[in-house]
Amino acid sequence: MASGTTPSDFPAPLDVASLRQRLESLAKDEGVGRWDLGAGCSTDTSVQVDRGEAKQMKGAQRSAITLRVWNGAGLVGITSTSDLSDAGLARAMAGARAASDFGNPDDVPAFSPLATAPLPPLDQPLQEPLSILSLLDTLKEAEAELLQRHPAIATVPYNGLSQRSSERIYINSDGACRHQELTTASLYLYARAEEAGRKPRSSGAMRVGYGAKDLDVAGCVAEAAERTIAHLNYAPIDTGRYTCVFSPEAFLDLIGAFSSLFNARAVLDGVSLSKRESLGQPLAVPFLSIRDNGLHPGNVGAARFDGEGTPSQCLPLVSEGVLVNFLHSEATARSFGVAPTGHAGLGAKVSVGPDWFEIGPSAGIPGGTEGLDHPSGTGPGVGREGLVVIDSLSALHAGVKASQGSFSLPFDGWWIHGGESRSIEAATVAGDIRTVLNSLVGFEGLAKVTPGGLCPWVWVEGLSVTGEA
Amino acid sequence: MVQSPPALRRHDSLANPDWRPRLESLLAQGVAAGADLVEVFLERTDALGVLAEQDTITSVNPSFGMGAGLRVFRGRFDGFVSTNDLSEAGLLTALDQALGMLGLLRSSHSRNAYEGLPPLQDLAVAKGDWLAQCPSLQEATTRLLEGTDQLSRLGQHLQVRRGSYARNWQDVLVVASDGTHAHDIRLHQSLGLNVLAADGDHRASLGRRYGSHGRPDELRQWQAEESARDLCDSAATMLRADYVEAGQFPVVLANRFGGVIFHEACGHLLETTQIERGTTPFAEQLGQEIAHPAVTAIDEGLTDGAFGSLAMDDEGMAPQRTVLIENGILRRFLSDRAGEIRTGHGRTGSGRRQSHAFAAASRMRNTYIAAGPHTPEALIASIDKGLYCKSMGGGSVGPTGQFNFAVEEGFLIENGQLTKPVKGATLIGEAKEVMPRISMCANDLELAAGFCGSVSGSIFVTVGQPHIKVDTITVGGR
Repeated sequence: MASGTTPSDFPAPLDVASLRQRLESLAKDEGVGRWDLGAGCSTDTSVQVDRGEAKQMKGAQRSAITLRVWNGAGLVGITSTSDLSDAGLARAMAGARAASDFGNPDDVPAFSPLATAPLPPLDQPLQEPLSILSLLDTLKEAEAELLQRHPAIATVPYNGLSQRSSERIYINSDGACRHQELTTASLYLYARAEEAGRKPRSSGAMRVGYGAKDLDVAGCVAEAAERTIAHLNYAPIDTGRYTCVFSPEAFLDLIGAFSSLFNARAVLDGVSLSKRESLGQPLAVPFLSIRDNGLHPGNVGAARFDGEGTPSQCLPLVSEGVLVNFLHSEATARSFGVAPTGHAGLGAKVSVGPDWFEIGPSAGIPGGTEGLDHPSGTGPGVGREGLVVIDSLSALHAGVKASQGSFSLPFDGWWIHGGESRSIEAATVAGDIRTVLNSLVGFEGLAKVTPGGLCPWVWVEGLSVTGEA
Repeated sequence: MVQSPPALRRHDSLANPDWRPRLESLLAQGVAAGADLVEVFLERTDALGVLAEQDTITSVNPSFGMGAGLRVFRGRFDGFVSTNDLSEAGLLTALDQALGMLGLLRSSHSRNAYEGLPPLQDLAVAKGDWLAQCPSLQEATTRLLEGTDQLSRLGQHLQVRRGSYARNWQDVLVVASDGTHAHDIRLHQSLGLNVLAADGDHRASLGRRYGSHGRPDELRQWQAEESARDLCDSAATMLRADYVEAGQFPVVLANRFGGVIFHEACGHLLETTQIERGTTPFAEQLGQEIAHPAVTAIDEGLTDGAFGSLAMDDEGMAPQRTVLIENGILRRFLSDRAGEIRTGHGRTGSGRRQSHAFAAASRMRNTYIAAGPHTPEALIASIDKGLYCKSMGGGSVGPTGQFNFAVEEGFLIENGQLTKPVKGATLIGEAKEVMPRISMCANDLELAAGFCGSVSGSIFVTVGQPHIKVDTITVGGR
């Protein structure tokens, strides 16, 4: 390639027929009767900038497979590798075969009964990647625009514009063959603002799309600027109990951190707050419903099938406050006597995880207060202490104890008090997820599509906030 | 003609001389195109993860891979491309892309001369057998089950018992057009025990993690009963602990993993990547007092067997003992190749990355606050009402220097004594404000293994400190 700028075409496609042929031969040599394989390859380009200059430009070509085999005793072993050469595949087959000697006889995964079921249609237009220099120009312009929005915004220390062309497959020795091609792009801008004699403040925004041309760059700049500027006027907050309003992003983060509530694998492992018998029991206020819907059009980059080849689907988890379904792999579904739901990874012990949450009011169920409006600072449960708006949560990896139900998390947000809104200097919010789900006051505004899901603003009363006042 | 990578068997090394001409050709073509510097990071990995739950092995995950990361510098700018395709054509494509990012083109017309690689600096000579010396799958599973069995024997109300083992073997060759030509083998092993204790509405989840570098026998030497007893004692204590009262308190942080406070509150802000981003408040404070005079802080890659130790960094440079803060005075930043170019701070052997897929960046290695003159008891005795943080969870630091970390296991300090256990605490603060408040350091420095995630991925690190006292900090709770 003479120009040397960026790949101008899609990555070399995975040769499914060749892979299958080679694996069948290797399986025969190893005495393996059944196997399945998940494979992916991708080409990425990304740029970062710093005050009008390129900070880092990156490219990547990746390929990887996970091979799972069943030995003569019916036990399962796996191996993962990025080496797709003949020698690499042979080693992977031998490694998986050796690992199968240590397979768990009490929990043997099988092929998903839905691995050949029809896949749902998804509108995922493939886009040609832009040249990296074009990405660079776009990001420089976005940065410049953001820096001009307010004199206090001096840098955009975290920023990036990236694009990916990828392909993934699932095949098994029974003839299942899944294949998906995808292009995606993302932009994030995280600005830092500082006024004389005051502490620096920061906030940002993110956009995703099917290609760099699709990205809402202007919207991302505007949101990053608005959020950052809104944190300049800050003050400490008194420690106490407050009615809190979660932004869509913050509430989705919180629910995501406690997704073991809906995870059949976690239930079987005893690390979920839910139990088998929790199905059909109230989990939240009746006016709350939660679905996992990887197929929502707002879920850019949605997977059409999971790691076991099961089609993705829209699955109600909480309906009218009642827990109605768990997320399943093939093995957990078999244990519960239901069908797999399309939420599995691929492994000897198969992981289970959510795709994309839709959170909102239960249709036709009264109870949640309607027409809430946090900028006014009034509403149910808002006393003299005012209202705390939680814009974003931090450190979820450290401050969430999912198996205990507790959380204690730093957040960025605003305190609305006496008709005024001020950014909170530094604070944490703490509570128990079960209490939160039963302390919802209502929803505010229309549900917003975010990269992590769909959710309106959510009001919750009586949360413990620790401030520095 | 397209060449395949040199044939490698499982225990072959990247020191295989067949790589040399190919890499020299890459470097020569990059330099000829006008690059100031071309670097190639080549790696092979062989990893194993094993999980035991209750009394059963539930997951065995072997994985292996190969890849290269090519980085090209021109002035202050660089382009980086990673690939799994180690064929000649694959590496040339990666080089073309990296050059193209800087507006450079490979051509037959040479713009700069390249004289070839010097003799290999092989730091792996005595490490060739490390992988073979590691525990077999049978040994690893047996030892893990011994751990979960000890938990069963020593614990009460344990709803979940887990033991995990991870082995990461990495063979690394780094070449660069500045004469770097170095080879090393790394072996990191980590071992974890986790429990969930439950009794009625009371629940407590706790864990312990141990890690080492360059010790194939580590799992065999593991004191399973001692580890299980320590964890079970903590679980029994914390099962019925109340949630901590929120507010501003003096705190004493225990040694070992208590060192996460320095790692998050200050260590990250002393990396030149933070100077480049403009996100450290300490950028212009070399030689100035940024911490209490009681504080001396060090980052090094030398401690034998420590998780963050390395014979060379991921840019081929020997590690150093870098004194970051001496008696409260800022002495040095951690710097990598790009940091040196862009900030002027000399390299410290701190260029690190998770794998070939990441460009190296200035990162911590074994980072700790040095021991002081006090006994741990003296620190606790100096506080009328406060919090003792015996065991810490993870943490993070944001772009404004605000840090946080979770307290897994805490106790109230009342009238100079440890009293009730408490849980659910999160400590938050600003680096510039908290460092002057570390007023007392005890004489019991110990290190603990951890993982650090940042711009160049997740890497093995060590945190450490003696018991320290922070005069006041915000304790988030209920």
